[in-house]
Amino acid sequence: MNTIKHDVVVIGGGPAGLAAAIAARKSGCKDVLLIERDKRLGGILNQCIHDGFGLHKFDEALTGPEYAQRFIDEFNSLGIDSMLSTIVLSVDGKRNLYVSSRKSLTRIEAGSVILSMGCRERTAGAISLPGTRPAGIYTAGAAQNFINLQNIMVGKKVVILGSGDIGMIMARRMTLEGAKVEAVFEILPYPSGLARNIQQCLNDYDIPLYLSTSVIEIHGKERVTGVTVAGTDKNFKPIPGTERHVPCDTILLSVGLIPENELTRGAGVQMEARTGGAGVDDTFMTGVPGIFSCGNVLHVHDLVDHVSDEASLVGEYAVRYLDGEIKPPESYIKIEPQQGVRYVLPQKVSGMRDFTLSLRVTTPSRDRAVWVKDGDRKVARKKMIRLHPAEMIRINIKKEKLQGAKVLEVSVE
Amino acid sequence: MSKKELTCIVCPNGCQLEAMLENSDSGSLQITEITGHLCEKGPEWAEQELTHPVRTVISNILVESGDLPLVSVRTDAPVPRNMIFDVMKEIKAAKTKAPVAIGQILIKHPAGTGCNIIATKNVRNV
Ligand SMILES: Cc1cc2nc3c(=O)[nH]c(=O)nc-3n(C[C@H](O)[C@H](O)[C@H](O)COP(=O)(O)OP(=O)(O)OC[C@H]3O[C@@H](n4cnc5c(N)ncnc54)[C@H](O)[C@@H]3O)c2cc1C
Ligand code: SF4
Repeated sequence: MNTIKHDVVVIGGGPAGLAAAIAARKSGCKDVLLIERDKRLGGILNQCIHDGFGLHKFDEALTGPEYAQRFIDEFNSLGIDSMLSTIVLSVDGKRNLYVSSRKSLTRIEAGSVILSMGCRERTAGAISLPGTRPAGIYTAGAAQNFINLQNIMVGKKVVILGSGDIGMIMARRMTLEGAKVEAVFEILPYPSGLARNIQQCLNDYDIPLYLSTSVIEIHGKERVTGVTVAGTDKNFKPIPGTERHVPCDTILLSVGLIPENELTRGAGVQMEARTGGAGVDDTFMTGVPGIFSCGNVLHVHDLVDHVSDEASLVGEYAVRYLDGEIKPPESYIKIEPQQGVRYVLPQKVSGMRDFTLSLRVTTPSRDRAVWVKDGDRKVARKKMIRLHPAEMIRINIKKEKLQGAKVLEVSVE
Repeated sequence: MSKKELTCIVCPNGCQLEAMLENSDSGSLQITEITGHLCEKGPEWAEQELTHPVRTVISNILVESGDLPLVSVRTDAPVPRNMIFDVMKEIKAAKTKAPVAIGQILIKHPAGTGCNIIATKNVRNV
């Protein structure tokens, strides 16, 4: 096995990895390497052919591949090194990477490492679906990959479980391809995807969305033949007498994304249960010095624009770490989610620099404010007309506001 | 006077808009008031949606001898909502040859609309 050295090594060539590599190069590092297991750069955006990407960054409604190409063009024009069709097998706490391509196995000694491996979808196993396991059950993203990248149609009569955005987008896609989408069933009393997708992907095509409804049985031996659904009560238990049968040959699951963190754990990085990603400070450095994380592998984003912004910062910090400019402080200020807040990121900050606090709320509400407090002192407050768990909230916080703080508490009031 | 609720789809905020409508003397619908928008694109969109709804159509076109079997495409301007399936019919019947470059026009004026179908991905020749 041969060994090579690189200053900054980026794992994953999706929007996060691309933006991080570009920023690292622009921060003056000449030796940046990006490793991607697929044969193309762009990550999941290659299969997200619908529009709506880049509204914040470019003020245009680009499709996923168009958004990705802007970054791929910049990446190429800067002459940044990449290894495609190459998978990172492991990373250790001393920033040694073991990578495998078709031809060889290589060890890479990295000055700093940026983890940007993205996320994968929750599957039937992850949500424990009742009934048999016939063919015809796909995650929405797998169906998206088959239809948009491989030209394989997955079914004709479809029901969708879960009202995530990818599921709704696939409801429209399959309808346009000639399938009949019977309905979307969501166990929660509110949709988990964006309102605009309910309009343009479901309402436009008269596809009904049933809230507080769950699949209680899947039918079919070899192939799915239908599902039994029922209304659910407050505790997500089926309400007797509300069962009905819906015939279908295909079930798409759109029940959420999970950060893909096997490598992160392998490196000994401390994880956060609330985000499913690494715990990080205000430079996006994990608990292991020189290992950084960004994009969907850190926490699931709803807007790719935010992924790119976050990753640009991380690319810069990874270079400043190499230059010795970033050192862990003597003590950190902790950030804790309180009432109404599902998670916060970063989970701790140095107090030495401005940062953007990202957070998600636990339930939908209206006309509230998100408070960031140090004891009784107000550090920041953001008024919100609408709050929804599907929409990440970002609040910019100045370092001047952090003087003397020990713990910041974030709540919805 | 009547009230109509609609969701603005211009940006991810997805504002819930309320439009007050009135029948004018000539019989056509008049929008008297729109509320619920966070920005000025909302009322503009609502007016369009209530008089002449349009959508961007997104799909794939078959590619011969490319490094991918399909190239993703979209209309370069929104088309009337009731024309979506007519435009799709032409997209499904179409075929192209690699290489394809982003922005390349693959179908001119599908189904008699004023728009073009353009590629949204580069596909290399193999
Ligand atoms: C199926 C699916 C559909 C989505 N649809 C939308 C959508 O419609 N709109 C939207 O705004 N967001 C969507 N998202 C969210 C979307 O993932 C983010 O907006 C954005 O793409 C995240 O960027 P990323 O770079 O963090 O991850 P990704 O785009 O997932 O990129 C991660 C990359 O890392 C590579 N990788 C992973 N592990 C390794 C390894 N060990 N070695 C080498 N390479 C590796 C992967 O191959 C991949 O290319 C979707 C996500 C999924 C999973
Ligand atoms: S009204 Fe403005 S802010 Fe609201 S969804 Fe439409 S474009 Fe977005």
